[in-house]
Amino acid sequence: MTNPTNPTFEGKVVFLTGAGNGIGRATAVAFARAGASLALVDIDEAATEKTAQLVVEAGGKPIGLRADVRSEADIKAALGKTVREFDKLDIAFNNVGRDQRVAPLADSTEEEWRFIYDVNVTSMFLCMRNEIPIMLEKGGGVIVNTASGAGLIGIKGTAMYATAKHAVVGLTRSAALDYADKGIRINAVAPGIIETDMMRRVSGGTEEGRANMVAEEPIGRLGQPEEIASAVLWLASEGSSFAIGTTLVVDGGHTIR
Amino acid sequence: MEPQYDFGGQAALVTGAASGMGLATAIAFAKAGAAVTLADIDLDAVKKARDQLLADGHRAIAVRCDVSDESDVEAMVAAAVDAFGRLDMAFNSAGIQSPATDAADESAEVFDRVNAINLRGVWASMKHELRQMRQQGSGAIVNCSSLGGLVGNPGRSAYHGSKHGVIGMTRSAALEYASRGVRINAICPGTIDTPMVQSMVESGDLDLDECIAALPIGRLGTADEIASSVLWLCSPGAAFVVGVALPVDGGWTAQ
Repeated sequence: MTNPTNPTFEGKVVFLTGAGNGIGRATAVAFARAGASLALVDIDEAATEKTAQLVVEAGGKPIGLRADVRSEADIKAALGKTVREFDKLDIAFNNVGRDQRVAPLADSTEEEWRFIYDVNVTSMFLCMRNEIPIMLEKGGGVIVNTASGAGLIGIKGTAMYATAKHAVVGLTRSAALDYADKGIRINAVAPGIIETDMMRRVSGGTEEGRANMVAEEPIGRLGQPEEIASAVLWLASEGSSFAIGTTLVVDGGHTIR
Repeated sequence: MEPQYDFGGQAALVTGAASGMGLATAIAFAKAGAAVTLADIDLDAVKKARDQLLADGHRAIAVRCDVSDESDVEAMVAAAVDAFGRLDMAFNSAGIQSPATDAADESAEVFDRVNAINLRGVWASMKHELRQMRQQGSGAIVNCSSLGGLVGNPGRSAYHGSKHGVIGMTRSAALEYASRGVRINAICPGTIDTPMVQSMVESGDLDLDECIAALPIGRLGTADEIASSVLWLCSPGAAFVVGVALPVDGGWTAQ
């Protein structure tokens, strides 16, 4: 993927959660290649460190921050360090998400429900709630939230995850309307089946499981994390300046059948 | 910084290229290095745009095409392929608006005219573009739907019907070609500052102040903002984007 060809994010500061693997890691590297400074946030410090190395190799200068995004105190601390380090916040990619144990609804527990909702939805609310005042103070910004194809359709055995991702779409739309005329653009990206650790868990980690997933894809393959990164960068760029409250679906055609 | 693309060595086709979003997109393709076929029913206008692009050192041809006439569309694609040897990208943006009318008072003639251009025109364009692209095993098509393809608006049943149709057509064709190297998507522009919107304002069909007040972003979009979205959808970065109807509407359909 060689397009765009210019350092679109030179001088921009990006706050990126879920930086430790998959989509978050690929997006961090893509932002670094495009000239951005990065605050890399994850609950797993070793994984963040690995992403930070890749970012440095891509020519970026990252800081790594540990945060549990279910905790507002953690988020405030991470954002505070970001602004102290880089003096501003232009772009936030709220990307933390967790899959659920696949099970029919009645076989799921309330504990699982609360965990899935907190990690996937409350985290987005808390991140935006704290990113937005900083952006308003600094004259504007862009936020991209990670939804999912499961935010648009139902998926058997994943009622909790699908509910949470539908909520991300609604949260994004409404928050986008709150700040559309205040210089903050808020959109979501909805990845389909992407080759990540999470997908390997969902498919059971076997070749057969993977083949079954590929067979479900109109495009005949799984997506790559870099393909989501590319969409996030477009949504964060001036090229999407009239896109507000949009959920950009990047799924090889999975949800339009 | 606005993203820049490199479409060097590729050929693009734009219908409705005489003005507004089509013209802006044709110019953006050319600036990104693509050879461009500018098609429109208004030949003089696309000739003028072509001459400007040639003067600026780009490769371009102008073709007269009434997209409601399939033989015109077939000839347009043939002219594009004759000139540049291939077809990599197409933006099917030719479209018209009709006067706001109570659904009970809409004439069949107006309904047919709107659909002949907005729906059958996109169908015919896609059909003949796909004949070239399936032979190549590659290509990217963006069809121009509208916020009118996603929501309703009083007085606009013919237009909104046609634009909803574009999305259904886009999705089905996208599924047919997803695994054959050709990506098909739709874009859903909101209210954009174009000659079409200006004429709606002049005819009294659209109150500009009311319209802007109702737009979450508080302003009209620009043709360039649609062009930059079309270019991204055509770029390799969008390789996993298939069959989407992408709203670029300043928040209109989020509300």
